[in-house]
Amino acid sequence: MDTIPKRPPQNDVDVSNEKDLVARLRAGDRASFERLVRAYGGRMLAVARRLLRNEENARDCVQEAFLQTFRNIKNFEQRASLGSWLHRIVVNAALMKLRAGGRRPEESIEDLLPQFDADGLRIEPEAELAVSLERLESAKTREAVRRSIDQLPDGYRNLLLLRDIEGYDTEETAALLGLTPGAVKTRLHRARAALKSLLEPMMRGGGL
Amino acid sequence: MKSGKTVLRKLRALTMRIMPLVVTCQELEGFMVDYLEGTLPKGQHRKFDLHLRLCPDCRRYLKGYKRTITLSQTACHDPDAPVPEDMPEELVKAILAARDEDT
Repeated sequence: MDTIPKRPPQNDVDVSNEKDLVARLRAGDRASFERLVRAYGGRMLAVARRLLRNEENARDCVQEAFLQTFRNIKNFEQRASLGSWLHRIVVNAALMKLRAGGRRPEESIEDLLPQFDADGLRIEPEAELAVSLERLESAKTREAVRRSIDQLPDGYRNLLLLRDIEGYDTEETAALLGLTPGAVKTRLHRARAALKSLLEPMMRGGGL
Repeated sequence: MKSGKTVLRKLRALTMRIMPLVVTCQELEGFMVDYLEGTLPKGQHRKFDLHLRLCPDCRRYLKGYKRTITLSQTACHDPDAPVPEDMPEELVKAILAARDEDT
């Protein structure tokens, strides 16, 4: 059975160097700020691109996140790593940008969710997965999966990205999105179930 | 004449109705996130496991659900993705210029 991978490792700068870097940033050292931008910028841009799906907005978002970092480095308490702190700042900046873009009425995903009969049993019998995980690891498959994630309505897509891709737990995701933990769990399940329906033809050996 | 599958399905429905410890497929859906996170209370975990033992559809569903999570994680952390974790030089310069303006 597949296992659920943990959050991918963060290639933060060495911890002892990190303390030194934070001290220099607090002192306003420009070269250290540049070092910070070069060390973490690429990863932050990848996060912004995933959430915003627009290169210009993603770049604006990373710039805004670094400016916030510069202004708030004195408040960084070093309980978390610098990488985790920056990750949260760029996620918050991206979510702000998404909110500023205005909310569209949420499309229904009911058609993609499992259906049950009056006895509470699944109506559609589940088929065995016909394709091994190894065979689904091609670049073409990964692109098709990303397209399927993008087909989810924004609210579900963003929540799925925060929980399953960016690695935030239920409480953290609830705080970021202004939802209750219960709502996060319910919506996460619906997002995963809808994505499963979209990926099913591929998992059963057909194309998408 | 009813097919073997229909009879088995009716039997499963009957089992779930008469056994208070067995949840339905629909009730199982509500436990899925906590089950995979390992945060399901013991009693509910037992009900979940019991249902899975009785229901091949839910066993297959859970397998596909877990694979969905794995596939989405693999796809979004793909080193060959069209959006590699590089940092464009012009963006570095723009950030440094914005920082200088801010000071």
